[in-house]
Amino acid sequence: MNFFTAVGRTTLELLKEIGRLSIFTADAVSSFVRPPIYWSLVLKQMMRIGFFSLPVVGLTAFFTGAVLALQIYIGTARYGAEQFVPTVVLIGILRELGPVIAGLMVAGRVSAAIAAELGTMRVTEQIDALTTLATRPVKYLVVPRLMAALVSMPLLVAVADAIGVMGGYVAATNNLGFTGSIYLNTTMNDLNSHDVMSGLIKAVVFGFLIALMGAYNGFHSKGGAQGVGAATTNAVVSASILILVANYILTNIFNMLNF
Amino acid sequence: MESAASVPENNGAKIVIKGVKKRFGPKVVLDGLDLAVPKGQSLVIIGGSGTGKSVTIKCVLGILKPDAGQILVDGEDTAKLRGNARDAYLRKFGMLFQGAALFDSMTVWENVAFGLIQGRGVGRKKARDIAFEKLTKVGLAADVGGLYPSELSGGMQKRVGLARAIAADPEIIFFDEPTTGLDPIMSDVINNLIVDTVRGTGTTTLSITHDLVSARKIADRIAMLYKGKIIWEGPTAEIDHSGNPYVDQFIHGRAEGPIKMEVKA
Ligand SMILES: Nc1ncnc2c1ncn2[C@@H]1O[C@H](COP(=O)(O)OP(=O)(O)O)[C@@H](O)[C@H]1O
Ligand SMILES: [Mg+2]
Repeated sequence: MNFFTAVGRTTLELLKEIGRLSIFTADAVSSFVRPPIYWSLVLKQMMRIGFFSLPVVGLTAFFTGAVLALQIYIGTARYGAEQFVPTVVLIGILRELGPVIAGLMVAGRVSAAIAAELGTMRVTEQIDALTTLATRPVKYLVVPRLMAALVSMPLLVAVADAIGVMGGYVAATNNLGFTGSIYLNTTMNDLNSHDVMSGLIKAVVFGFLIALMGAYNGFHSKGGAQGVGAATTNAVVSASILILVANYILTNIFNMLNF
Repeated sequence: MESAASVPENNGAKIVIKGVKKRFGPKVVLDGLDLAVPKGQSLVIIGGSGTGKSVTIKCVLGILKPDAGQILVDGEDTAKLRGNARDAYLRKFGMLFQGAALFDSMTVWENVAFGLIQGRGVGRKKARDIAFEKLTKVGLAADVGGLYPSELSGGMQKRVGLARAIAADPEIIFFDEPTTGLDPIMSDVINNLIVDTVRGTGTTTLSITHDLVSARKIADRIAMLYKGKIIWEGPTAEIDHSGNPYVDQFIHGRAEGPIKMEVKA
């Protein structure tokens, strides 16, 4: 095959994929405001997406906060500026690492679970069965998961923030010789609503991407077990990449707005 | 190849499929399919695996969009249906899927009641009663109602699928390979259930099978699909005298004849 044919074909495939994703997203989002909304399913998904992610998000946040304190200490100690450790840990966790770590962990857990579940429903014709039972699959399957992720992620990130800062505190007091009360005082004094909010806004965006990638890949999976496997992998990889890209863009926007 | 079988007159037809074409990438599946299903009758489409029988049904349901042609149900063009009109249209149908397609996250009775509760707004209590009534009708004991689909045998899953298809007493029921993968006795049980549940109710049914025993039992009329077209259509009794070599080869299950198996990936 000619080189240009190959490039052309790949570009067309990519455009087609983007088109399909846009239509899927528009369909899902416009279904948010049109009844019926299956509230009981939203609650059930909030349990699965939010509540059951707490242990893994909490653990990763704790150790991320701890190691952040250790590294910042090395950097600041060179200039005798160790007193800034609590503040830098706080900002790093609230603005970046809380949402990103929680986002990536939930992407691994939840995007995969959604893609596998909807993918299996697709290849076993359960999604078609929904249609024949006069129930719209996007409303019944996709909207509850998207809504649950939108609500759960900020809550999870709030928890991750608290635990991450605590991880920093534990490392600083145990390994770096900080006095607990001073570390906490500095942290409380520098706590700033903009730092908290920017992280939570990111969390909402990440939650949307996580559920969307899981649902989109699951919904369009083909073939049998292999197709579902591929959909699951694609969901996790695409959600993770999109989270990191979105994080960079959002940080830039917040900086531009001095937020 | 022969010209397409003549389409019966549309008067009295519940479903009319006119010149429907459907392809997936380069693969042409339906190539100008014409078929009419008379109201209150049972029509069975026979044909080899992968000839597009399931695709035909999915086109009627709007799960797949035909590339060309027209599908009329009760004289109404189905291509233009959107939103609530489409929901109302879908409420005319019940469907038994090839693999039963039961919701594995729900119990058996919740599966059967699903279309009533979600699709038609029937109260949970009432829907539950109807579900158990339909389960009895397909010969399943009440205690099966509380099990999950994964706890059932293939034959039982088919029966639950059947109960789900008839739960809302639809005007039209599709049966996609109701007996495939079942032993001959269970096949006959399912055939009888189909005949019993449909006969005398005025329900129009369109079934798919490559099981001739089943077709003879449940069909008023039989149509044969080959290479994307209906190549023969007629009353069940005439299938043995169709004079069509393709049909003869199929019903006698001979490897030699005009139908060549495409052996490829
Ligand atoms: N959604 C789809 N995407 C791509 N190809 C499909 C799809 N559905 C069916 N096909 C192809 O169309 C052909 C007919 O399928 P089907 O109608 O399921 O056959 P059968 O007559 O056994 O029911 C098969 O070759 C199948 O691979
Ligand atoms: Mg089929």
